[in-house]
Amino acid sequence: MSTPQKSSGDRPHGPAPASLTRAVSPPPPPSSEVLQDGVTRRSTLKWMTIAWVGFAAATGAGLTATMRFLFPNVLFEPPTRFKGGDPGTYAFGVDERWKAKYRVWIVRNTESIYALVALCTHLGCTPNWLQAQNKFKCPCHGSGYYMSGVNFEGPTPRPLERAEIGLSPDDGQLVVDTAVRYLYERDQWTDPKAFVKMT
Amino acid sequence: MGRRWNRFQQSVVESQFWKSIFRVGVPNTNRKRVLAMLGNVVLHLHPVKTRKSGVKMRYTWCAGGVTFFLFLVLTFTGLLLMFYYRPTVEYAFVDILDLREQVPFGIMREVHRWGAHAMVITVWIHMFRVFMTGSYKPPREFNWVIGVILLVLTLLLSFTGYLLPWDQLAIWAITVGSNMAAATPFIGIEGPAAGLLKIGDIQLVTSSSDARFALLGGRFVGAGALLRFYVLHCVGIPLVAAFLMAVHFWRVRKDGGISGPV
Repeated sequence: MSTPQKSSGDRPHGPAPASLTRAVSPPPPPSSEVLQDGVTRRSTLKWMTIAWVGFAAATGAGLTATMRFLFPNVLFEPPTRFKGGDPGTYAFGVDERWKAKYRVWIVRNTESIYALVALCTHLGCTPNWLQAQNKFKCPCHGSGYYMSGVNFEGPTPRPLERAEIGLSPDDGQLVVDTAVRYLYERDQWTDPKAFVKMT
Repeated sequence: MGRRWNRFQQSVVESQFWKSIFRVGVPNTNRKRVLAMLGNVVLHLHPVKTRKSGVKMRYTWCAGGVTFFLFLVLTFTGLLLMFYYRPTVEYAFVDILDLREQVPFGIMREVHRWGAHAMVITVWIHMFRVFMTGSYKPPREFNWVIGVILLVLTLLLSFTGYLLPWDQLAIWAITVGSNMAAATPFIGIEGPAAGLLKIGDIQLVTSSSDARFALLGGRFVGAGALLRFYVLHCVGIPLVAAFLMAVHFWRVRKDGGISGPV
């Protein structure tokens, strides 16, 4: 809106009274002067500061509490640790029997058995094992991995992750925990808990 | 017969009931027209007068108006869908099927989806039009920024709504999208500078406390993600978008109305 213009109808007619001829308003009372109930300029500023600081603190606390609220303390997720049966039942190569249930391949070569997590390290799709081409291939964007899990084609930046694997002390079955990960690029595949030695 | 009808009409419009609702009479003078607009909460959202160029398709393409209209259509159809859709892992997929098979006018879900596609298209067209007519130049720069934020909110509405049918397309699209959130610098566990935010030895950003976790309410796309996206899609983002739209339209009005000189 444009600034309001004084229309001629607003101005009073005749000479202006003496009290209206001054251009400035009367000076404010000096700050040491107490007006009423002990209220001074200083006391007013003090209380307003306290009020605004309190408001800011309460708002900050409220926002922090809201953000914390969004992170649950308990997650209802299925168990990640399972027994995979006798290691002798696994032939050489990639075994897909646990892929649907636990999202992990059990791979056996002449030296060891290890568990590869079936999670493409590009953006999280589930790759497929292509037996004929001897590679893992992700259907989403074409990332390719060798049987060891090392990436060699496609947009993926790093190899597949390996899960913790060991032998149960009770019955010698394979025990896999997909929540514990071993990353090749951090030299963790040499960790004894990342493979089961098969001589 | 005619005189009886006239007398009846007169008694109605002079009744307290009528006058309590319609305070201004028939708007047949300019003063009454202004009062009728300004005194009504719905009508006063529009300006009392508008420029002739404001109603010309050639100038504005009506793109912003069409986008807002689509937003209202989506709100209404979305509300109707909410009567039958349950955002749980058990029911989401079958409820979407039921909306097609068991509910009258079984294309409500499709109308909502087509409206969403159309709104994304028209919001880009609107942005293009504003750019081509130079309507982002001062004093309108702030409104352009508001508009870009509204564009991002529109795309986020599409993103969150995409998960709700809980089909293969939905789950994997959101898996990919949320894994991109994990690549955010500092607050994503797979991004650059991950692991730098910590107090001493305690990591602040872990797989259960990074940006991806906040988005999904879990470590993978599951029940938590579905519910979270449902709330964001139906309440959270629409509220923010409605507020910013109010600011957006207000700014157009205060800068002189639609299709004003640059």
